Amino acid sequence: MNEIRDGSTDRWFNFLNYFCITLFFLAVLYPIIFVLSSSFSSPDAVLYGRVRLSPVEAGLEGYKALLEYKPIWRGYANSILYTVVGTVINVALTLLAAYPLSRKSCYGRNGIMLFMTFTMIFSGGLIPTYLVVSSLNMVNTMWALVIPGAIAVWNLIITRTYFQTTITDELLDAAQIDGCTDFKFLGFVVLPLSKAIIAVITLFYAVEHWNAFFDALIYLRDKDKFPLQMFLRDILVMNEVDTSMIGIDAETMQAREGVRELLKYTVIIVASLPVLVMYPMVQKYFVKGVMIGSIKG
Amino acid sequence: MPELHNNIRIALPFGLHKFLGISTRMKKFHSRIPNIVMLPCEVMVFLCAFYMLPSILKSLTDKSQRREGRSALLLRKMMISRQLYMMLLIPIAYFIIFKYLPMFGVQIAFKKYMASQGIWGSPWVGWSNFEKLFDSYQFWRVLKNTVGLSLYELILAFPFPILLALGINSMNNQRYKKIVQMTTYAPHFISTVVIVGIIVQFLSLRMGIVNIFLEYLGIDRIDFMGKPEYFKSIYVFSHIWQNAGWGTIIYLAVLAGVDPQMYEAAIMDGASKFKRILYIDIPALLPTATVLLILHTGRIMNVGFEKTLLLQTPLNLSSSEVLQTYVYKVGLASNMTDYSFATAIGLFTAVINFILILIVNAIARRLGQTSLW
Repeated sequence: MNEIRDGSTDRWFNFLNYFCITLFFLAVLYPIIFVLSSSFSSPDAVLYGRVRLSPVEAGLEGYKALLEYKPIWRGYANSILYTVVGTVINVALTLLAAYPLSRKSCYGRNGIMLFMTFTMIFSGGLIPTYLVVSSLNMVNTMWALVIPGAIAVWNLIITRTYFQTTITDELLDAAQIDGCTDFKFLGFVVLPLSKAIIAVITLFYAVEHWNAFFDALIYLRDKDKFPLQMFLRDILVMNEVDTSMIGIDAETMQAREGVRELLKYTVIIVASLPVLVMYPMVQKYFVKGVMIGSIKG
Repeated sequence: MPELHNNIRIALPFGLHKFLGISTRMKKFHSRIPNIVMLPCEVMVFLCAFYMLPSILKSLTDKSQRREGRSALLLRKMMISRQLYMMLLIPIAYFIIFKYLPMFGVQIAFKKYMASQGIWGSPWVGWSNFEKLFDSYQFWRVLKNTVGLSLYELILAFPFPILLALGINSMNNQRYKKIVQMTTYAPHFISTVVIVGIIVQFLSLRMGIVNIFLEYLGIDRIDFMGKPEYFKSIYVFSHIWQNAGWGTIIYLAVLAGVDPQMYEAAIMDGASKFKRILYIDIPALLPTATVLLILHTGRIMNVGFEKTLLLQTPLNLSSSEVLQTYVYKVGLASNMTDYSFATAIGLFTAVINFILILIVNAIARRLGQTSLW
């Protein structure tokens, strides 16, 4: 669009466009900055709502308090475990399913694809799924969080489309002439060429696991198995912060209240940081990945 | 109902005997190996047999082995792709166990499910669960909330990414464009719990920044979370905040694929930027938007869920209870869990969704647009 110059009537449009977009941009940006600033402020400033844009009475009190709040770190470790295990299973199964479905020589692949995409529009529901999981003895274990959601059909579709467009028939023929089996082809040719889409679905699945809350709510009973989001819910939504856990000098009720409020902001930052740091790195891939997947699919 | 005596030792694959409520005793050999290992083995055996059986049977009964009949051709085709089938084994097993088996279990909506008796053993009660559902005063309120929230979300939140994408696409300054995109994608990655946490903090009566701002304007402070009438708006606006940027990805991708010659031709005909958007960009987006709309209607009844559950307070419950949270409360969270009743609600939800998808898809097809099928 660089060679196309804007006419004079376009100036009004451009102005309006930039104005509206900037409004939205600021509306998205402000809460993030606010939370960030609050987490670096003092308990008093947060309690009395004195934070507007930049940190007020800046300090690291919130983070110090967080470091001593033991349950959070248990949840953090659990979340990391569930995310890593879950994502590995997810990506492996998705690749394993998408590759055969992308091959024209696979007899019956359209039927199998229909079999899988039908689950997108009709499902058994919450209770029957819960019953299946509990009859497999997976309740209150890590597996209930990791296996029932193993393959997301949407990710399957974009991976399959990616394979269809990237792995050309000539490539396949060349490999088969050299006596390459399907498994070998998948492992040595397809995977190295698919780094982009693997990055995309890894990110999608990993974020899904990291942010997962509902599955943990219904399947887990032991507190020491809870992922991070469950503790976040206790702190942020249910307002249950065990202030005895915090080592900070918080004798007065008000000081304790202040720390409790400050902790909320700090914990938001700490919980969201891994994801927000990871996603720009993969960003250039997933725009392309989603594009390929959705247009052709 | 067939009764199996305890003498007969049967263990169905993947511990199904428990799921189905058939009283059996596990074979000793099953009980030694942990369930999670037996699963894939049983599944693979089961599926291999399932795959091979028809062709094997056909080739056994086929007298004329000389000519390559259809069945032999089929068998040969399948043999060529046998490695591909092996790759598909586990994923298909996953779908059967965790997607189709629950569909099979949906029948407990028509029974009075008792855990001790499993699915087969529970008595059949026909439509009584549904009658109970439609009679309960809660149901109609919950349904109204669900539909109202869904429509509100559809009308406001669905067009937003489209408009935003059109706007971003028309931006000339590439650097600002990239900054806007990167920033607006970010909220999508924040978890629901955190989003609700931010909402609760911002709307807090005492120290929320929104109320402080209202006070600055001279307006009285409002207890947003405690008033039912604000629930829908809170839900939808936060939804837009979180997802609008992410939703533009697909639309921007489509717009990037538009032939630049069309723009040139339009400019030569004297079309302003606004007209170009109206006549080139929007028609280009229409197919994608239609497909996404159809998929969206398939989830109308499922609106909310995590976010609604977290945003509920005892005070705004009259407008924040939606079907999914109702199912959760009745089915899993309360002391007197009624699995059958909850499943009936779930089935009702799924059927309505399905019918809606069919209707919207038919409408789209009738209007000449792309449709899902």
